[in-house]
Amino acid sequence: MYKKITSIKKLKLMANTIRQDVLKMLYEAKSGHSAGSVSLADVFTAMYFNVLRHDPDNSNWEGRDRLILSNGHVCPVMYSAMANVGYFPTEELLTLRKPGSRLQGHPHKGTLPGIENSSGPLGQGLSIAVGMAIVAKRAGKHHRIYAILSDGEHQEGQTWEAILLAAKFRLGNLTAILDRNNIQIDGFTEEILPLEPLAEKFRAFGWHVIEVNGHDISKIISACEETKAVYEKPTMIIAHTIPGKGVPFMEYLTEWHGKPPAKEHLEEALKYLEEERKLIEEE
Amino acid sequence: MEDMHLIDPLFEPAELKPSRDGFASASVEIGEKDQNVWVLTADVSGSTRANFFERKFPERFVQVGVAEQNMAGVAAGIASEGKTAFVSAYGVFSPGRNWDQIRVSICYNDVPVIFHGSHTGITVGPDGASHQALEDIAITRPIPNMQVLAPADAEEVRKAFWAAYESKRPTYIRTSREKMPVFTTENTPFTLGKANVYREGNDVAIFAIGPLVYESLKAARELEKENIFCAVIDMHTIKPIDKEAIIHWAEKTGLLVSIEDHQINGGLGSAIAEVLAENLPTPLKRHGMLDVFGESGTASDLLKKYSLDAEGIKKTIKEALPMKKR
Repeated sequence: MYKKITSIKKLKLMANTIRQDVLKMLYEAKSGHSAGSVSLADVFTAMYFNVLRHDPDNSNWEGRDRLILSNGHVCPVMYSAMANVGYFPTEELLTLRKPGSRLQGHPHKGTLPGIENSSGPLGQGLSIAVGMAIVAKRAGKHHRIYAILSDGEHQEGQTWEAILLAAKFRLGNLTAILDRNNIQIDGFTEEILPLEPLAEKFRAFGWHVIEVNGHDISKIISACEETKAVYEKPTMIIAHTIPGKGVPFMEYLTEWHGKPPAKEHLEEALKYLEEERKLIEEE
Repeated sequence: MEDMHLIDPLFEPAELKPSRDGFASASVEIGEKDQNVWVLTADVSGSTRANFFERKFPERFVQVGVAEQNMAGVAAGIASEGKTAFVSAYGVFSPGRNWDQIRVSICYNDVPVIFHGSHTGITVGPDGASHQALEDIAITRPIPNMQVLAPADAEEVRKAFWAAYESKRPTYIRTSREKMPVFTTENTPFTLGKANVYREGNDVAIFAIGPLVYESLKAARELEKENIFCAVIDMHTIKPIDKEAIIHWAEKTGLLVSIEDHQINGGLGSAIAEVLAENLPTPLKRHGMLDVFGESGTASDLLKKYSLDAEGIKKTIKEALPMKKR
């Protein structure tokens, strides 16, 4: 089993590495989704390097925690986390979206070890996670099911169907993490189709809700710990994030939702991230 | 001709049963044999016969409510855990309403989820057009990894679920609501992907599915009296299609007629036309629902109205005869 990293400093350095990877991957691929991939670096670092009980050398280990990514378009951040934790060589990251690559533009179960589900069309992941959680709960298994969701996909009816069913079966072994970055392709969620009040909605649907700063790795870890003490309800962790977080010129801008960086953007971003890295090392 | 072990005499059937009953027996039999088999339904456990499994194995049954999209996803999650999931609902809603989930969560993941689409075809009857699944084959057939089956009666449905279960592949199996003659028997052979020939004949080869196989046998019997000799082939598997059987009968008769309780666009007739066009261009008359919605009525009234009963099939065959390759 993977031995988790507990040092926050080391985790922050890993998140910094992942951000740099993601930008290089998207630049090489010449297409993809920048903002969400970059801003989820902290969540994915927390998950793959601390929260998940898993074994990169034995990706089908039955006792592993399952991580379902529902909004597949942010997969570069997952690929980088998975490569850095040991599922496959980091050299392979730059093959993203290229012919013959195991790193498909949206994840494909079966091509890459450790991918639990194919995704892309929004709103499908939570249902899969619910199915896995029902099986685990009825069999008395102790592994947990985590689902990473976008905020935009809460405009899909299927997400709410899954939310209802998870409450019906009191899936205490299910934790969903919602990337609340407020943007979607066409603009801000609250302008396209308002989602708020989200926390109240989940509570009304019978879920335990925790709101965290989605860039504070220690808070993400402790929220995931808290969910283990909630037995009769699924938990929704609303991770408030800044789209493009960590790359100042991308932050808050919806235009970065669905495009890759150009060469000058990449250079500027990497320069900034290297400076940030030095600051973390001095901590 | 291989002995197909049909009931004897063929046209005085001992038993009438809705073909969806085949799902009840198969799911319980398979559930008894294999603890890793689960059944899901979307508020239609009684009418799709999922309740038989539910009563016996409640710990492996999941009622999702009126939510077919979620049902497909939950089934994908269950199947990802080394289980086989049977998903039982009306064909109009599943695969009608959850196509994207079937495509990505099930077929792209390539997990063993087997769909029971009940209440398909015009024989749904009084509920009317909204509830008559007539496009289900067309929407499931093009999805990679998917198998599509349309068995002829309750007994064949039972065997189809066994075959799909053993294949461990995503599969769609359509059944019907109305009581129909059970004319195949336990000993009738069934191999997924291999058509069953129930009657030989050199003038026309009729390829039929579902309840229309029996109607086609009746039509063939009548036509024989007029010296028109029809082969009748039960095309229970539409994908993977039995190319060999199609080519064999095209060579032998020079005229094929497809009979389906489904739109003629995208269904059995289209699948046969694809094989013929690429291998042995041969006249084919496609008969089924002619690009129209159905309506309310009894099953027999509707079969008659849309020329899908034995009489209508007989008429269709006679109209098709001049197309025959000489």
